[in-house]
Amino acid sequence: MQPVATTFFFYFLSGLTLVSGVFVITRKNPVHSALALIFGLLAQAGLYLMLYAPFVAGVQIILYAGGIMVLFLFVIMLVNLERSRREEQFNNQWVIGLLAAVALGVLFVIVYVKGKALFPYRIAQPIENSNTQQIGVMLYGQYMFAFEIASLLLLVAIIGAVVMAKKRI
Amino acid sequence: MLDYITSYLSSNTTPGQAGNVFWAFVYIMIVFGGISVAVMAMNWLERKALAHFQIRLGPMRVGPHGLLQPIADAIKLMTKEDIIPAEADKFVFWIAPLIILCASFAVYIVVPFGPTHAITDLNIGILFMLGVSSLSVLGIVMAGWASNSHYPLIGALRSSAQMVSYEVAMGMAVVSAVLMTSLHGLGPYGVGVGTSGTGTLSMIGIVQAQQEQHVWFLFKFFPLGFIAFGIFAIAMVAETNRAPFDLPEAESELTAGFHTEYSGLRWSLFMLGEYAAMIAVSSIAVTLWLGGWYRPFPNALTGETWDLVFSLFPGLTFLGLAVIALVGVRRMPKHPYFRVQTIGLAGFGAVLAFIGLILFVPPVRDRIQDIFWFVAKVGGFMYLYIWYRATFPRYRFDQLMKVGWKVLLPIGIGVLILTAVLGVVL
Amino acid sequence: MAPIGTLHYLVVAAALFILGVIGVLTRRNVVVILMSIELILNAVNLNLVAFSRLWGLHGQVFAIFVITDAAAEAAVGLGILIAFFRNKETVNVDEVDLLKW
Repeated sequence: MQPVATTFFFYFLSGLTLVSGVFVITRKNPVHSALALIFGLLAQAGLYLMLYAPFVAGVQIILYAGGIMVLFLFVIMLVNLERSRREEQFNNQWVIGLLAAVALGVLFVIVYVKGKALFPYRIAQPIENSNTQQIGVMLYGQYMFAFEIASLLLLVAIIGAVVMAKKRI
Repeated sequence: MLDYITSYLSSNTTPGQAGNVFWAFVYIMIVFGGISVAVMAMNWLERKALAHFQIRLGPMRVGPHGLLQPIADAIKLMTKEDIIPAEADKFVFWIAPLIILCASFAVYIVVPFGPTHAITDLNIGILFMLGVSSLSVLGIVMAGWASNSHYPLIGALRSSAQMVSYEVAMGMAVVSAVLMTSLHGLGPYGVGVGTSGTGTLSMIGIVQAQQEQHVWFLFKFFPLGFIAFGIFAIAMVAETNRAPFDLPEAESELTAGFHTEYSGLRWSLFMLGEYAAMIAVSSIAVTLWLGGWYRPFPNALTGETWDLVFSLFPGLTFLGLAVIALVGVRRMPKHPYFRVQTIGLAGFGAVLAFIGLILFVPPVRDRIQDIFWFVAKVGGFMYLYIWYRATFPRYRFDQLMKVGWKVLLPIGIGVLILTAVLGVVL
Repeated sequence: MAPIGTLHYLVVAAALFILGVIGVLTRRNVVVILMSIELILNAVNLNLVAFSRLWGLHGQVFAIFVITDAAAEAAVGLGILIAFFRNKETVNVDEVDLLKW
């Protein structure tokens, strides 16, 4: 299956992801931020498809966009204060925070400039048809222990969330 | 340019796999138009069938036997005033029906109407369908929240809680069907080593696995396939907020739930999304358990004559409908007021007969086979939806959640484990 | 333009990461901070999947585990938020200062 218009889709999808990221951190209304995050997650699923990872893209759509964001929207609706209390958006130490993020950005730029020779430009084309099978074999073979620990982690998270959100313990 | 268009016609794959953007676009337009027409027909059928269940006649005035009623409804909805509640969040209010619509329609990318009649055949077809259909929960939550009034908010919370709960049960049923694609044997209990037994998530692959194993997954490991199908059939009715699980949009309980504040064209977008979601999940059920586009008994009754017999069904169906329309013409009152309706119904019957005769022509007959059987099976599910709505009383919300979590989910897990055990042992 | 290689995806992931860090460090609403944490996790996932295209499927398996963990962490974080909101009636992170001197 030959890819079609890779360059356009890459710039479109990554632009959508970054723009939605900017909207997440700059909107006053948390519901708008959640909406922007949903679009960003769906665009990122498209990026995963371009990276020949269809199973991860499907998992991203089901779990992240269809599960976690529903959770976020529920909680936003539950803790929604009266609209008139629109406080300011940015907290008291926003200057230091911004400086720290800029320092991190400068660090990333240095890493990329110095290490550009280390990132190979090979555009490898793994076989796409058996991606799910191979991930399944790896999950149940090599990473079996991590799989079981992940299920235990989810059980702990469920119990913790239920206990914490109950009215009386 | 021209051979870009014609080069696809000689290939034997879906447009997505051939990478042909033009034909993919054409297929998308065909599917989009077909679903819109199907939603209008479904609207008419629902009102007529519900009326006949309740021993009354339903819409009879607008066209002959109410055939133009959906068009009249569409015109009415388009010309209504568009009211946005005060202090409602305008952007979220506007985008919520669009999210539901896009999520419901994006599922049709992978619905297989035939071995090559799909827009594309994703490697992760069923995973994609489940994921995208779960995005409509977001639209419902946002519709309820943006209306800035408590009835829609409660309706939206209840509806999304219900949909999320029944998605889990649906997932269990789907996984047990996908498990069956990786089995080797033929027939319901898998004797012998008939097929290669590669499991697959792609929709076309699942249907072809049913054909290779010579059995619909409904009857595979009977009663396990049947129970899995039953779980999916119940969960899909709850997933689309239809009766008997329609508490979130019931009129007597919640004044129409999350779409209370939507009027006119926006409300019709909700209904379009809901009917499209109904057809989409029915397509999933048909593909996974009912053998997709294959005619009944493709392996047991093979040969030229049986192929010929079964290929006459599309034409016979349309001729039967034409006969019903002409009987209706005979039974029309002979009053001059009904002259236009009589002529209209006779014309409709003539169109149906004409389509039936076209479907007898051999080239058309061969190509229309797959699409006809698929649409016929999905149409059966649509009739079941209407039947449920007419017959069953509504579930209370706590009963609904109890059924979803405490009844369907344990049965689903049990079916999954038993299917896996039988698959290994047999 | 150069064909899209790994470095392009890494730059996008780095930009997303920085956006998430800015969101965590400068926003006042706890829910938006949690959403910025999801942005950070997504950037890491994109990084993992971009590298897994070169060096085998281990990156994708790791990305699946990261998504699972993000779900668990979001659930617990929002549970804490609800419990805190029930006591203090605010989602303002500047007012979470009961332990300050």
